[in-house]
Amino acid sequence: MTERLFEGADWDFQTLQRITDACEEVALKDLGLDVYPNQIEVITAEQMLDAYSSVGMPLFYKHWSFGKHFAFHEASYRKGLMGLAYEIVINSSPCISYLMEENTATMQTLVIAHAAFGHNHFFKNNYLFKQWTDAEGILDYLDFAKNYVMQCEERYGRIEVERTLDAAHALMSHGIDRYPGKKKLDLRAEEKRAGRRRQHEEEVFNDLWRTVPTGKSKSRSALSVERRRKLLGLPQENLLYFLEKSAPRLAPWQRELLRIVRHIAQYFYPQSQTKVMNEGTATYVHYRIMTRLHQQGRITDGNFLEFLGSHTNVVFQPEFDDQRFSGFNPYALGFAVMQDIERIVTNPEDEDREWFPDIAGKGDVMGVLRDVWANYRDESFIGQFLSPKLMRHFRMFHLHDDPEERAGIRVDAIHDERGFRRVRRELARQHDVGFIDANIEVVDVDLSGDRRLILHHHVIKGSQLNETDAKRVLQHLADLWTYDVALIEVDANDKVLREYVVSPRPIPAAVA
Amino acid sequence: MHIIDRRLNPGGKSLENRQRFLRRAKSLVQGAVKKTSQERDIKDVLEGGEVTIPLDGMHEPRFRREGGTRDMVLPGNKKFIEGDYLQRQGQGSAKDSGPGEGDSEDAFRFVLSRDEFVDLFLDDLELPDLAKRKIAQTESEGIQRAGYTTSGSPANISVSRTVKLALARRIALKRPRKDEVEELEAEIAACTDEDERAELIARLEKLKAKTKRIPFIDPLDIRYRRYEKVPRPVAQAVMFCLMDVSGSMSEHMKDLAKRFYMLLYVFLKRRYKHVEIVFIRHTDRAEEVDEQTFFYGPASGGTLVSSALQAMHEIVRERFNPSDWNIYAAQASDGDNSYSDGELTGLLLTEKILPVCQFFAYLEVGESGGSAFDLSDSSLWTLYERLRNSGAPLSMRKVSERSEIFPVFHDLFQRRETAQEKAAP
Repeated sequence: MTERLFEGADWDFQTLQRITDACEEVALKDLGLDVYPNQIEVITAEQMLDAYSSVGMPLFYKHWSFGKHFAFHEASYRKGLMGLAYEIVINSSPCISYLMEENTATMQTLVIAHAAFGHNHFFKNNYLFKQWTDAEGILDYLDFAKNYVMQCEERYGRIEVERTLDAAHALMSHGIDRYPGKKKLDLRAEEKRAGRRRQHEEEVFNDLWRTVPTGKSKSRSALSVERRRKLLGLPQENLLYFLEKSAPRLAPWQRELLRIVRHIAQYFYPQSQTKVMNEGTATYVHYRIMTRLHQQGRITDGNFLEFLGSHTNVVFQPEFDDQRFSGFNPYALGFAVMQDIERIVTNPEDEDREWFPDIAGKGDVMGVLRDVWANYRDESFIGQFLSPKLMRHFRMFHLHDDPEERAGIRVDAIHDERGFRRVRRELARQHDVGFIDANIEVVDVDLSGDRRLILHHHVIKGSQLNETDAKRVLQHLADLWTYDVALIEVDANDKVLREYVVSPRPIPAAVA
Repeated sequence: MHIIDRRLNPGGKSLENRQRFLRRAKSLVQGAVKKTSQERDIKDVLEGGEVTIPLDGMHEPRFRREGGTRDMVLPGNKKFIEGDYLQRQGQGSAKDSGPGEGDSEDAFRFVLSRDEFVDLFLDDLELPDLAKRKIAQTESEGIQRAGYTTSGSPANISVSRTVKLALARRIALKRPRKDEVEELEAEIAACTDEDERAELIARLEKLKAKTKRIPFIDPLDIRYRRYEKVPRPVAQAVMFCLMDVSGSMSEHMKDLAKRFYMLLYVFLKRRYKHVEIVFIRHTDRAEEVDEQTFFYGPASGGTLVSSALQAMHEIVRERFNPSDWNIYAAQASDGDNSYSDGELTGLLLTEKILPVCQFFAYLEVGESGGSAFDLSDSSLWTLYERLRNSGAPLSMRKVSERSEIFPVFHDLFQRRETAQEKAAP
């Protein structure tokens, strides 16, 4: 008989240590997980709110929008409209998990299993995270960013810095390289380079150079259109990158700020592509670990029941006509698919053998799952592993809403033989960020003329930009570019649907 | 594996961001604060509290797509089969179901602390500088004794402290005492042996020489007076609350007056380090009273406004030198005054009171919903108006409802349009 980890609901730091050790044993030995070193931090509710408002990161530069989010979360929390998350976990090495002090011992066990082992394994092994994030460097980089922003505020004024950051934030979701090709992000080297760059600028600055006469510059118009586009790296969908490199009148520090925002956006990009998988993994892992601990007699039946209560809340999926429905719950979907994979691998039916010939009956559950966790993102994960059985279980159906259609919204496919593949394909598409975000790219700059920046929005399925927001974002863009910006919405046949032209706002006299 | 207790870390990490947010949302929050404060009691206003602001001005825009044909996969099919049509539920709701975080953030409530609330509430108010005296938001530096130091200029030598130390040292070093000498002299007188006598005399000589030697002051003992610069608030203000408590003043009227005084007090408290309040109530004679009596004490009699002004004038002369104090007065009255008193009142005001006041506010309070209030101006009102028209720095307003107090107060203290007004971005 193994000793119990704790009695009742109370815990202290020795208990946490025992719990972590027990979870680790199961995670590493039974499940074969591979994790970053763990760091577990106990925090208060207020600190949890703090963490919320700075996208979960322990340190971040100062900006009013974080204050806004804090005020918003705090108000809804105080009114009881919102519960706090049980945990926040940071993709860094060591992997930092925050636990709330209010949690009971059972909840702490759940959270440790979920965050410190589930998420942690996913962060360390999923290909997107490997490709795009730098777990060792992120905290140092954030520290650098925070100090850099602070220095900029001292030198150039808070208002100026805020203006630049506001603009950068508006373009944040378009500050991402979607396709690998460049080398992996190395934030630590990045930070050093930034420092050297600044130092170099300061050292070589000599006002005399300004007065040295230059020869006649080559006429820009002589450049062919093709060559010009190539020099500017067009078309370019990473708007922040483009501005950082090519905006004519930005100060070096403004470029550095754009760079910081871009790096941070890139760092979070994998998370947005793997919500279902990430939460599914963590939920699957905590479920396995808790079950194992219960089997070993390390937690009591009562604790296990308490755990099951929380667990079922987490994986609850309301149906579409339910008041509480707000889309698919990533925890529920991810967990269900992973459990289903376990079933297919160990105990497949004929249908499964037909649909999943590669894994059906293979026997090695953890081997298969580790492979899935490493090599898929939400879109491909659903596209590959959502089984007919699950579609029937969730009673999924596909609606097609064409505003032109008078009769109403058409039910395009349901969970039957004819519909399985279509339903699955559609659900996978819904989880493809490349498809969800508007496809906007810089296509040309009229350098010989009025330097107008020309962007295209490739409209998919007739879904155009929200006008008010688009104008606001373009205003920010124009302010950074400092010349007119035109955004043209074109459909698949290059037909122009709508065109926005925005001029930059004059820079306040105080700055010039 | 590290387990760290972060609970004791300093809280308020978001404070800075919160302040930035408030700064940014200032005009919005201010509007909300004013709206909120109209509905509340003064006491509650000073407690701070919840305000709701529209988030529109705080928008963080992103490119968002909307419209077009939409595809969605939903869970929970019960009866549909392929090719069915669902009725659209009205024009609006079909659109609303699209994902958009904007929906929930149209407006939000949050809690302001007491200070934040009052700051925002009073932010666009300022003290009118009608009396042409410097408004002391600035501070002058005063000099204050702050103990002793071992170095300084000779002018600052503290003789008493130095001598005290030197004496202490003498005593510690066993300087001879008088009785010691006397004892020795007695011993010599009693001594018979010649050798011993000579020895004793030698000792006595030595002691006497020691006493005669000029007391030496070791540089170690020198002490200088130390002075420290301290900010001395010239920013001090006194507020005179003058109230007519004659029988015609109802509870409601007193309540209105009280609210006005409280606001004024809070306002002054923000601007000055030190604010004194003087309560003067009057019927046909005036007396200085405490707050409780002022508002709740029973009194009755005729009305002589000049008595209160006279009392104020005397108090100013005795206790509040106008060159050191910023003097404010707020007078609340229902406007009745003895007919014969008008001239004296006017004289006191123009000659004694107004010249020393930064600001004199006259608040005429009326019964709730009293429409007769507007019919004819009271005798005081007419008098004050005449004074004002002849250029006296006087502000006057009529109030008959609680909800009017804030607007009136605001009105009186609204920042005057000046060049510096638009300086803030």
